[in-house]
Amino acid sequence: MMKRWFQSKTINTPSPVGAILSYLVLGIWAFLILFPLYWLVTTSFKISSQVNEGPFYIPFVDFKPSLDAWKYILVGDLSKDTLRNFTNTIIVAPASALLALIFGATAAYALVRFEYRPRVGAIFTFIGCTILSILMTSFGVMWQISLAISAAVFIILLQTIGRRFKRALGNNDIAFWMISQRMLPPIAVVIPIYIIFQRLHLLDTYTALIITYVTSNLPIVIWLMRDYITNIPIELEECASIDGASRYRIFWSIVLPLAVPGLVATFLFVLVFTWNEYLLALFLSSAKIQTLPLTIAAQNATRGPQWWNMSVLILIMIVPVIVIAIILERYITRGLLIGAVKG
Amino acid sequence: MDTENEEPQPFRLHTIISSAADRLAGSIFILPTVLALLFLSIFPLIASLYLSLAKFDIAPGGFKFTFVGLRNYKKLFTGSEGTHFLGDFAPSTSLTWIVFGLVIIALAIFLARYFLSSNVSIGGLIGRILLTLGLGMLTWMLIHTLWNGGRLGTASTTLVYVFVGIFFQYILGLGLAMLTVQNLPGRRFFRVIFLLPMMITPVGVAYMFRMLTDTSKGPFTPIWQGLGLTDFSWVNNAWGARTAILIGDIWQWTPFMFIVLVAALESQSVEPVEAATVDGANSWQIFQHITWPAILPVSMTLILIRLIEAFKIVDLPNVMTNGGPGTATQSLTYHAYINWRALDLGSSAAVAYMLLFLVTFFSMIFVNLIRHRTVEAL
Repeated sequence: MMKRWFQSKTINTPSPVGAILSYLVLGIWAFLILFPLYWLVTTSFKISSQVNEGPFYIPFVDFKPSLDAWKYILVGDLSKDTLRNFTNTIIVAPASALLALIFGATAAYALVRFEYRPRVGAIFTFIGCTILSILMTSFGVMWQISLAISAAVFIILLQTIGRRFKRALGNNDIAFWMISQRMLPPIAVVIPIYIIFQRLHLLDTYTALIITYVTSNLPIVIWLMRDYITNIPIELEECASIDGASRYRIFWSIVLPLAVPGLVATFLFVLVFTWNEYLLALFLSSAKIQTLPLTIAAQNATRGPQWWNMSVLILIMIVPVIVIAIILERYITRGLLIGAVKG
Repeated sequence: MDTENEEPQPFRLHTIISSAADRLAGSIFILPTVLALLFLSIFPLIASLYLSLAKFDIAPGGFKFTFVGLRNYKKLFTGSEGTHFLGDFAPSTSLTWIVFGLVIIALAIFLARYFLSSNVSIGGLIGRILLTLGLGMLTWMLIHTLWNGGRLGTASTTLVYVFVGIFFQYILGLGLAMLTVQNLPGRRFFRVIFLLPMMITPVGVAYMFRMLTDTSKGPFTPIWQGLGLTDFSWVNNAWGARTAILIGDIWQWTPFMFIVLVAALESQSVEPVEAATVDGANSWQIFQHITWPAILPVSMTLILIRLIEAFKIVDLPNVMTNGGPGTATQSLTYHAYINWRALDLGSSAAVAYMLLFLVTFFSMIFVNLIRHRTVEAL
């Protein structure tokens, strides 16, 4: 009789006691997540004096909620800025996340299923030529010319010296090189990136922001997708290959559908990263393409932080992401792969 | 070749093109990524390396860079920025020597075991010697700055943030992921709730935690008062402030661990678990022998990514404490940011490069660990 309480019906269903304990832990964590958010919501309905005169917890009981902050952000003085930055965020973030996902997933697949042997000689020649072109540009040569010269030097050296050094790197080294692109703190790379886009006349455009975001998030996509793709049984691809499917077809109709849980999870937080990115957006946009995080930081005015406005903006910002997360969450579920293997 | 001549295939051109395309698939799949990364990575890397070796000055009509060699780095280690970067070292006592000695012995054993193993290569040897030296120096720094009388520099503080933060994030993320892949009614509700902190912009989270941790206006004020801690302000206590920042960091980034681990657990196949249950394995055995090996690769990647990201922590200390009290909560990125704001671009880039060395050092260790593990598993 007692035993039933500790026994689970199927593998995946916990025993009644286990279920209660699970709910308890989940409930505690949910409270820890939701309480700060609750505080954010109540703050957004407060006015300056209600925030400054000590903690008030429950609207209508402790304090009289006011819509001042919401009005200020949505229909008042700040509404034009909010709307513009909101639109910008909605354009830039999903576009960058989607592009990063496409390029990253193909590269991850390539790193798992193909073998690359980049030669050490070729890599060093390339680095040398890059430094050469930068030096030439800094000494006043037009960048188009210096680029052409270094490209020519690179090809010549590659055919001669580059072939001598036979030692080659492998896929893991490529992957490590890719993830190492995220190691420099943004504060160190932001000025060079600014200069690049200034030279290309792309400052304050969507293109600049999207290119930067895609590039900076590619390594994460690649590393995560590599693991998910490794777990897909290779037998399926071999069968398709015997049936005459091309690599592209195999990737498109076998690998991608099977990697959906991974793809969705990865998309979600690349979206989140780009949605919330602050420093690069600060530098690459002056007015036209500012994103919402900049609006939030701008609420820390000379009069001190405008908590109520900030709260409203933070809340406005997370709503679209929550909606997307709720829509996509169902795809992160078990069983997609199992069906495929059996079928 | 002959068979092809005997039976000419229809759409021959098409076949040639598609087979050529198929052979090139390897390059086509990876090239866009490589080019994109080259485009936006090599130039910034070289440019900031140059910056770290130069002095930035406002000059009439703009600005100029003067090459100063390694002076910026020298300043970080022995010069005016020394205590800021490395911290104050407590005088060595017999106890610190014992702790340090133990670490050195462990490292020596590690090296000796490699020497005695059958496959010693030059690359492997250099790598291991560098590893030993690096870990030795870091231990020396951590012991003496964490000890009574020492004070943490930005380097030690960053290491504390990174390792304590990631430890809790991973444990919490894994635990919660295991709970929500069970067949519980309402698990989807919990999953979406648990994702929320990650969705808030880091600047926003930082401001939110500044509201929450306020001891006179924040929601926990009655608790502080009840404990008789009204005069105590965590802002004025070094470890209090660091703990507050760590809590914010853990709050925000546990969801990242959580959602990836959920996806990993969900894409695991059920059959081995079923088989093990039939054979009478208990749930700990199932976790240890089936679930854990299956999620290990993803976990390693996850920790590596978080390692790299966590080293760059800046919003929380900047907004919550302004780096204070003193420089107690400043991270390396924040250190670089302060120098940058003071228009000392050279030493800012030097700090950034030291951060790059640290991250590369730990990532290399970690990646080699992954390879080792995966080879063992095979």
